Amino acid sequence: MLKPGRHLVLGNVACAEGAIRAGCRFFAGYPITPASEISHHVAAELPKAGGVFLQMEDEIASIASVIGASWAGAKAMTATSGPGYSLMMENIGYAHMTETPLVLVNVQRSGPSTGQSTSPGQQDIYQAKYGAHGDYEVIAISPWSVQEMFDLTVRAFNLAETYRTPVMLMSDGLIGHIEEKLIVPEKVEVVNRKKSTSMDATPWGTDDPSGVPEMPAFGEGHKLLVTGSTHRPDGVRNFSPEYHQMIVYRIRDKILNAEPQIRDIHKVHMDDAKVAVLSFGASARPSIEAVQRARSEGIKAGLFRPRTIWPFPETEVKALAEQVEAVIVVEMNVGKYVKEVERAVCGKTKVVSLAKVGGVLPLAREVLNVTRREAQ
Amino acid sequence: MKNLFYYRDKYVRSQPSAFCPGCGGGIILNCFLRAIDDLGLDLDKILAVSGIGCTAWIPSPNFNGDTLHTTHGRAIAFATGAKAYNPDLTTVVFTGDGDGAGIGGNHLIHAARRNIDLKVILVNNMSYAMTGGQIAPTTLHGETTVTSPYGNPEFPFDITQLVKAAGASYVAKWSTYHVLELTRSIKEALQHKGFSFIEVLSQCPTQQRRIFNLRGTLQSLPPRILDMFGESTVIRGRPDKGDYVYAVPKEDVSETLKQVESLGISARVVDHIGFGQVVRVDEEPESVKAKLEALSSVTYVADHKESKIEMGLFEKKSRPEFTDSLKEIIKKARGE
Repeated sequence: MLKPGRHLVLGNVACAEGAIRAGCRFFAGYPITPASEISHHVAAELPKAGGVFLQMEDEIASIASVIGASWAGAKAMTATSGPGYSLMMENIGYAHMTETPLVLVNVQRSGPSTGQSTSPGQQDIYQAKYGAHGDYEVIAISPWSVQEMFDLTVRAFNLAETYRTPVMLMSDGLIGHIEEKLIVPEKVEVVNRKKSTSMDATPWGTDDPSGVPEMPAFGEGHKLLVTGSTHRPDGVRNFSPEYHQMIVYRIRDKILNAEPQIRDIHKVHMDDAKVAVLSFGASARPSIEAVQRARSEGIKAGLFRPRTIWPFPETEVKALAEQVEAVIVVEMNVGKYVKEVERAVCGKTKVVSLAKVGGVLPLAREVLNVTRREAQ
Repeated sequence: MKNLFYYRDKYVRSQPSAFCPGCGGGIILNCFLRAIDDLGLDLDKILAVSGIGCTAWIPSPNFNGDTLHTTHGRAIAFATGAKAYNPDLTTVVFTGDGDGAGIGGNHLIHAARRNIDLKVILVNNMSYAMTGGQIAPTTLHGETTVTSPYGNPEFPFDITQLVKAAGASYVAKWSTYHVLELTRSIKEALQHKGFSFIEVLSQCPTQQRRIFNLRGTLQSLPPRILDMFGESTVIRGRPDKGDYVYAVPKEDVSETLKQVESLGISARVVDHIGFGQVVRVDEEPESVKAKLEALSSVTYVADHKESKIEMGLFEKKSRPEFTDSLKEIIKKARGE
């Protein structure tokens, strides 16, 4: 493990370092570019912390074993990229239904299919939210630097344990594969899961207003019944409409009601901004450069960068619509997040899409040109 | 001496049974509970994992311990994570033939290769039963199912041999006809360190009625299918019992029976997995074979061992177990 202090490391290495410090003690994965370095580093470092690293036979087995380990009491994680992410979808739905805390890193690459297998993309953001069948609400966070690969991996674990839910760390091939400065802090803030206080725990129901039930582990005598079927608060399968509504609304609302706490927006020059550049992850890097150059030209531009992309920062984006004359949404796909922004602003301000596919970043110049145009 | 009690009271959650009448699932649950009771295992340290399908319902919700009821085909992968993180859990996987050898076949062979200490009970009813009786990777060639109305064009896996070849260190095969042997085998598996696999041929009166073309009331089918399992199996290493032959009918088995009986030979119609309905003649083969072969309704006369499914112990060996190797890795990484 890296010592506290300054380092020059790969984004994927920073992610692995953050995970172990957050308390990750189980990792299972399957080789895939551009995510593999996470498992390389975890394989070397996790056993030193007493943790278990498994290379499974495929991504389906990887996410399955992560869920099994999480119920055995581990903070657990897997990392993959597009094709593997697609394979994991069914069991991600299972993790939502069983409220299993885990962290899933998707180092996104340019698809569909094999696509540009080593090039970055941000095309899986809807898959993160809607990929598995059925209704659920997801937490997805998006790092834009090596430092954030570390910090947000720690946060991903804390969110997973706080809300007893899978958390998606939506990185991409660029952030995973760049080397940058990483400052490893002396100590990170770690949240541990809410353990059961009694043997009569109802692991799938709670009177707590948070909607987050206690989570016992296997081997503790709780006679757990963990099932992906619709179940009563004690875990017993029951297909009645009442129980199904109860569970689906609770797993949705425990995330949506906590949106103000889960929300995490990085704002630069937003106080007096008239044009907002809304971007996240890798595409926010040219975006901030464009904002700074626009400012030097006297344009009141600002960067609005959600680090938490799901749940969508609805109230913040609505407020943004009251403040600025235009929101430019910069992203590396055919224009996906922009649709959420359009929905939220309800026509109250102009929304411009600067979406780019091809495995390349939008250029700062391209963002600047649109910013200039919208500032006129 | 043990006090008398119901296994149901001690080990089964109070639930209405989800099984069809006459299902083999209850027999297998019974054998499993007897095995853990005989061994006096700590219930709190047993984890039962299952996937999707009828077999998945054997432990879930019945087994009154920790249960993990997972997605289709993935039970072994889920179990691998739980066991690798907490090797103190006696982890037992219940999987069906479709679940374990179809959609989950990859996890099955890789877990066997790793020799991870999971106890896998694969219940083979030769079909996808819960979904309506479609062809499974275990359905015999030519058999009729809802997805093979003209006969199954595929050939089945020999799952036991597959898992043995993949590296499992304990492999056995029994049927719901062999309850004592199965219970003993589950006990052996529970005490064995390493990947332990037991294939259990099980009756499914609901779907096998079509597959094996069994006529008669639903009530009559469970014992009849169990008898068929007894008729169609041979136990490894057990001395051959008696001499008999099968007169395989050309078409109508009752016609064949009539012809055989007209020779003054006592015979009976039995169900046999390999032959379907067939006439069994308990006589010295040499004395009756030629006579039977001469009958117009007989296709040919089969030796009593022909087309039988082998039951018994197929593998029991010691080789390094996966979670032990993981512990070694942690020691090595820490320089201990």
